[in-house]
Amino acid sequence: MPEVRVRKKLTTLEETFHEGGPTAPTPLRRAAALAVIQNPFAGRYVPDILGFMDDLKPLGFEMAGALIEALGGDARVVEGYGKGAIVGSAGELEHGALWHVPGGYGMRELLGGAKAIVASTKKVGGPGTRLDIPITHLNAAYVRSHFDAMEVGVTDAPRSDEIVLVLVMTTGPRVHARVGGLKASEVKGEDGLR
Amino acid sequence: MKAKIRKIATFVEETCTEMGRAVQPPTRRAAAVAVIENPCAGKYVEDLTELMNIGEELGELLTQRAVAALGIPANIVESYGKAAAVGENGELEHAAAILHPKLGTPVRRVLGKGAALIPSSKKRGGLGVVLDIPLGHKDAAFVRSHFDGMEVRLNDAPRANEIMIAIAVTDSGRPLSRVGGLMKDQIKGEDGLR
Repeated sequence: MPEVRVRKKLTTLEETFHEGGPTAPTPLRRAAALAVIQNPFAGRYVPDILGFMDDLKPLGFEMAGALIEALGGDARVVEGYGKGAIVGSAGELEHGALWHVPGGYGMRELLGGAKAIVASTKKVGGPGTRLDIPITHLNAAYVRSHFDAMEVGVTDAPRSDEIVLVLVMTTGPRVHARVGGLKASEVKGEDGLR
Repeated sequence: MKAKIRKIATFVEETCTEMGRAVQPPTRRAAAVAVIENPCAGKYVEDLTELMNIGEELGELLTQRAVAALGIPANIVESYGKAAAVGENGELEHAAAILHPKLGTPVRRVLGKGAALIPSSKKRGGLGVVLDIPLGHKDAAFVRSHFDGMEVRLNDAPRANEIMIAIAVTDSGRPLSRVGGLMKDQIKGEDGLR
């Protein structure tokens, strides 16, 4: 299968102190890692694309590691995660789906076997397309305080024959979370849901 | 801290290839952005000293954040730039008060040098407005390979009573720069121009 050719990487770190309410004792931090890669299947229909998932695994690890690094180097501070992909116009939505396994695998592995499904989204779009990456608690998808999203994008990507791959990690609940539901402190963490 | 900061974000971009050609070493640039309350929003304030002092504070904080995000010693930063976006209840002059009188001195103190003017841009806008931060060589404004710009945006800023301030630094010029002019190894770095 083709090698993974990275044109550009972008790392974003957001630190939120308040959103009009009391200043949080610990600011919420959200980090996103983006990689702009060549889409080896652009411009034609390729029936068998599965092997590219394995090719993407090292990149999944590298991006997950970069996120932990951006958040200070200790994986234990990470409480939420999400992932996504933007496929350039000469590609298919299905090419974005190739990111599910390597992206999720890289994060789960480095986060000590996180239990919850990694929330995800994807779309086909042009350069500068923005993607709202959904975020959930990493061990229990129903934790309401951790339902969040982070908007990402790259001004000059994806070109038509590229894919933007995205991973996101966060360190806690929304900064003024107060709409009830399952709390992070109540998580059993067995089934990935509660 | 005089500034009431709601949020700080950093962006790091690394370009590895351009037009299929390797960029060796990759060009890297970082921006740090703060979202603050605009103390002068919604009314005409004659004396903008408060904003000037906030500019001084942010000059140090954002330069430190951007350099840290880039992960290099401050003294090898090659180019820089600054920008601000004022929310709808503020004046363009508020951006000027933050950016121009006092912000530059701490930027240069953190970097150790900075003979050149810090290129800047400003605008008023709503949430998600795009800031194009102009970039120029920090010691010699005529270094052509380092004329550049970096786009940043935050989907939730600036709110009507906020100001978003950005500082960008790089360890390099444009990827594959080749349009001649003054080269970085030819500069004197005395007058800020050549």
